[in-house]
Amino acid sequence: MTAMGDVRRRRIDELAARAGAVPEGEGGVSLTRSAFRRLRRNPVAIIGAVIVVVFLVVAAFAPLLAPRDPLAQSLLSQIRPGFIPGAQEGFPLGVDNLGRDLLSRLIWGSRQSLMIGVISTVLGVAVGMALGVLAGGLGGWVDTVVMRFVDIVLSIPSLLMAISISVLLGQNQYALMIAIAVTQVPIFARLLRGSMLAQRNSDYALAATALGVKKGRIVFGHVLPNSLSPVIVQGTLSLATAIIEAAALSFLGLGDPDLARPEWGAMLANAQAFLSVRPELAVYPALCIIVVALGFTLLGESLREALDPKFRR
Amino acid sequence: MLRFIVRRLLQLIPILLGLSVLLFAWLRALPGGPAQAALGERATPEAIARYNELFGLDEPILVQYLRFLGRAVRLDFGTSARTGRAVTTEFFERMPGTVELTVFALIFAVGVGIPLGYLAARRHGSWLDSTSVIGSLLGVAIPVFFLAYLLRLLFAVELGWLPGSGRQDVRMDATRITNFYVLDGLMTREWDAAWDAVLHLILPAIALGTIPLAIIVRITRASVLDVVNEDYVRTANAKGLAMSTVRRRHIIRNALLPVSTTIGLQAGLLLSGAVLTETVFAFGGVGSAIYDALFARDFALLQGFILMLAVVYVLVNLLVDISYGLLDPRVRAR
Repeated sequence: MTAMGDVRRRRIDELAARAGAVPEGEGGVSLTRSAFRRLRRNPVAIIGAVIVVVFLVVAAFAPLLAPRDPLAQSLLSQIRPGFIPGAQEGFPLGVDNLGRDLLSRLIWGSRQSLMIGVISTVLGVAVGMALGVLAGGLGGWVDTVVMRFVDIVLSIPSLLMAISISVLLGQNQYALMIAIAVTQVPIFARLLRGSMLAQRNSDYALAATALGVKKGRIVFGHVLPNSLSPVIVQGTLSLATAIIEAAALSFLGLGDPDLARPEWGAMLANAQAFLSVRPELAVYPALCIIVVALGFTLLGESLREALDPKFRR
Repeated sequence: MLRFIVRRLLQLIPILLGLSVLLFAWLRALPGGPAQAALGERATPEAIARYNELFGLDEPILVQYLRFLGRAVRLDFGTSARTGRAVTTEFFERMPGTVELTVFALIFAVGVGIPLGYLAARRHGSWLDSTSVIGSLLGVAIPVFFLAYLLRLLFAVELGWLPGSGRQDVRMDATRITNFYVLDGLMTREWDAAWDAVLHLILPAIALGTIPLAIIVRITRASVLDVVNEDYVRTANAKGLAMSTVRRRHIIRNALLPVSTTIGLQAGLLLSGAVLTETVFAFGGVGSAIYDALFARDFALLQGFILMLAVVYVLVNLLVDISYGLLDPRVRAR
């Protein structure tokens, strides 16, 4: 144990330790199914799921749903310094400072924003889990090396870490995703490791060892599947963080420079210059970010309740 | 206790070493490397070659790293390409501003968050409770810089109630001692200067404090609701203690333990958020310097600032850990 971020780590470890404790009085029903049942009865989970699904559908069918080309410029004759035309016939939310239809840009933007959020989180989860499995599964010096590395990465505040990485990789959407993913890696590595350590000493793992099951099979067949629930919860919550963080990086000028791809964060950053002229330009993309982040948070929190044995009844 | 602190301090060494390797490699991996960082974007290849020779950048990488480490220990991170001043000087001039901002933000978050979370729990199910739950969910989902812009637009630009940029009115001509403007004003008895600095802190502190506020409200509420159902609370009630005594001695005291953990966790969040908030309010702290450096491609300053901020972050975490050691004997044993 090192001093650094001990508080933060203890928190992650606490979450990990709670994973997969055996629920009482639920014999005969699989863990997943009982969790799913609790989820379905929870109105908060339903609201979160609906929000997420709606935005996913919008993102998937953006070309069909958007009334206009998000790059086409119109109403240019009406745009003057200090004036940007608002909602009117054919432009339900008005246009931006370059005369591009705001609604269409928001719809196309959902594609880019969700993609950045999802890919960076998936990347963060995948690498974090790989490190976590290495550390938690093998133990010994591998564990020490991996965890030291994770501690060092955790010692840099996440936005500063993301800034350093985007500067290093240059300005493009892949750099953005990688930068966000790297800030997530240590969280998942620690979470999975802790959760696996808790499971490794469980009765069924001991029983499997006693029966002579090979170590690899115990780790991948028994310990890992039972250690996943905190990772699933954190992963859902991290989707919200990733989308907000992407907006922050865009705001700092480290976002995707390709103007042909509308993205909420970039739209929001761009709109700041026109905030006193037409605040809607900033408010709508911000609302999209807030609502999506809220959707993932609600879903994540109710997943936590559904999977956490403390909440089981 | 002393052994605990010494052990914690020793454990910092590998972290700091790892950090230095990471940031050394970072500057090295940038296109153009350290020469570009020092000379700026438009340096000619000849100038870069001369710089490399002059500063031994053609030597083996290990030698270079050790030299970097030697300078870093003496807090020498070279000069900023943008301002031409020593990176460390810039840092120590600006850090007090950021510290003031984060302290004010934390005061706001704790001062509003704990009472609000407590009241929400006591009136479980009331409109106050539901509002604070929804509010705390929204607070986490809102991008900090957007909130900062909204606050600035509303209270500084439209209503004109509070200043919207800088750390102090430029006409103030206040005496500087520590660069903590509020503290300086108090020390020199320039009350108007101190008050002006406080006014400049209000909006940025609210913007920065909102996420921690949302988290603190949620944790306090959940924690109070947890504790209320504990056996010892029932026992205290059963033995006939006054309700106020039960609340004060049993509920609040125990409920605040997880809350204090959460407050400790906010340090990194506040440092990250400070970069964004300061940028919006042109605050002149460490965060706005990082933003300016990004635009000017001032890599030497970025490297030095990120390294020093990470060290500050690590030290704050250490302090938090030590204070837990004082609060909770169980932590010390681990």
